[in-house]
Amino acid sequence: MTTSVASAVDATGADEPSPLLSVRDLGMTFPVRSGLLGRRLGVKAVDGVTFDVRPGETLGLVGESGCGKSTTGRMLVRLLDPTAGTVAFRGEDITRLPQGRLRPLRSKFQMIFQDPFASLNPRQTVQQIIAAPLRAQGLAAEAIRREVRDLVHLVGLAPEHLERYPHQFSGGQAQRIGIARALATRPELVVADEPVSALDVSIQAQIVGLMERLQRELGVAYVFIAHDLAVVKHISHRVAVMYLGRIVEIGEKHQVYDRPAHPYTKALLSAVPLPDPAAERARERIVLLGDPPSPASPPPGCTFHPRCPKAQAICRDVAPPLTPNGLGREVACHFPES
Amino acid sequence: MTGQPLLAVHDLSVHFATAEGTVHAVKGVDFTVEAGRTLGIVGESGSGKSVTSLAVMGLHRGATVTGSAKLHGRELIGAPEEEIRRLRGRTMAMVFQDALTALHPYFTIGDQIAEAYREHHGGSRKRARARAVDVLGDVGIPEPARRADEYPHQFSGGMRQRAMIALALSCEPDLIIADEPTTALDVTVQAQVLELLMKLQQDRGLGIVMITHDLGVIARVADEVLVMYGGSAAEQAPADTLFAAPRHPYTRGLLDSLPRLDAADGAALRSIPGTPPSLLTPPAGCAFHPRCPVYAAAGDPRCTGDRPALRQVADGHRSACVLDEVTTA
Repeated sequence: MTTSVASAVDATGADEPSPLLSVRDLGMTFPVRSGLLGRRLGVKAVDGVTFDVRPGETLGLVGESGCGKSTTGRMLVRLLDPTAGTVAFRGEDITRLPQGRLRPLRSKFQMIFQDPFASLNPRQTVQQIIAAPLRAQGLAAEAIRREVRDLVHLVGLAPEHLERYPHQFSGGQAQRIGIARALATRPELVVADEPVSALDVSIQAQIVGLMERLQRELGVAYVFIAHDLAVVKHISHRVAVMYLGRIVEIGEKHQVYDRPAHPYTKALLSAVPLPDPAAERARERIVLLGDPPSPASPPPGCTFHPRCPKAQAICRDVAPPLTPNGLGREVACHFPES
Repeated sequence: MTGQPLLAVHDLSVHFATAEGTVHAVKGVDFTVEAGRTLGIVGESGSGKSVTSLAVMGLHRGATVTGSAKLHGRELIGAPEEEIRRLRGRTMAMVFQDALTALHPYFTIGDQIAEAYREHHGGSRKRARARAVDVLGDVGIPEPARRADEYPHQFSGGMRQRAMIALALSCEPDLIIADEPTTALDVTVQAQVLELLMKLQQDRGLGIVMITHDLGVIARVADEVLVMYGGSAAEQAPADTLFAAPRHPYTRGLLDSLPRLDAADGAALRSIPGTPPSLLTPPAGCAFHPRCPVYAAAGDPRCTGDRPALRQVADGHRSACVLDEVTTA
């Protein structure tokens, strides 16, 4: 069983399509002044993040607050300029591209935000909101009108919604508008930062279902950033787990969820309450001690070691690099689960 | 099970007068909580779950509350403010979602707990301070004597939530109402706080009302579950029964729409169409009927007639669906 999985992964690994997005050693250090003397300190929000996104796939990016997942997402679409590393889109390094050269490429990667109301201009109608990126691409008025109507239909809204303003919509509908705007320019990649976490449970499923359908129909790739591990498992093909600015484990979804190799991944998964009382009573739960540390003063060595049930002396001194662990997965741990 | 329950709520209704009209936030809700047991109240935004708890605590500013809520047999609804004040803290206490808002930013954690203790028990400042350090230790705050002198902003999110639980426990209440106590926390910290609440319950025989939108949290801590929708109770059952054999179409829809870690691969999420009802202009009859698949298939005048009440469908299991025979057939 295991070998067949391994050979399948190897087979796909051999003739892998060239990645849509290649992220290498990405880093973001925010300047911070501290103390009475106003010493300049740097907070490493993201440190040495490396991954690829393939065309048409969904990469889930999970982790707790402060782990750097949102900062990473913003750097992928150049809403933030990284302080280290590169982001290449279809092989072209966009990290330091001037705005003028970036604009034509921007139509290819878009973003969806957590709070649909905060990300939609309250004084624009739905028509104007969705038309904005098309106008920026220089489309003619008649073509824009046609496109907007198609997009509204695509995301499950009605034509009569076009003349309304964001406040006239529920949270789920407003998120549909945000999705329509993101898709207006036919992007190949959409970075979605907590797109369903502000929504009620019964509405979350509608939006997740919509995003899945749009991926099937349009072949768009997603980087899906969320703290909800169950939603990420549902929508993703591959998953990266972040802790304190670094990726601690990345791989094919089933590998990561069914056989977590990093102790943090394992603890994180065991902390998620299952909607099943019998299963809850039966399962082994790893309760981590303490809180995630502050990125302003990260522990030395492996940043997870103060909370890690498996920590040894080496973990306090040496930060483990992300290393292939077989079965199409990489793990940053000195003592990964086998 | 003889004698009176710790908390007995009967036909509780809450409405607010607003500029746009009267909002019926809670309509005729019943439940009981026994000592040492946890009642989970689950619902989406606007379901009335938080307003229910505020009404029981007498914290419903500007709302009209009718019906009955008896704590140890004593009526809370309509009781003089003085009496409610005495009970609040000493017999029942509340834990909120946002500890940073619930704790006063200008006073140390220790002072806030000591003040609450002295309010109810009197005694010296010294004794109250010692009590504050004790409860901070009980909820797992390391070095409680030192941390008692810190301010809320110096605590991490998880530690603040523990401090709020300490504040709630300081006067040794019998009942704790926790309104989304872990929603703002990371999942590993949430696990710690839930573990703490369950341990405190075991040690002290606390009755707990756990209000949340998270069915996973309910499954982990609740003995009994009340599902609310549009201000009314939709279903009530022991936790095991509710998850294994839900009866109300809303409960079923909610469970089906949940992405699950333990789901079979490729299992599609079945979303509930439409959106939760407006409390200003609620639909007639069953609040769920405009979204209900059973109503869509077997529309029945009873669904749009009187608002359906909970009725017994099995031992200890109540549902407000008038089409229960159809749903479960």
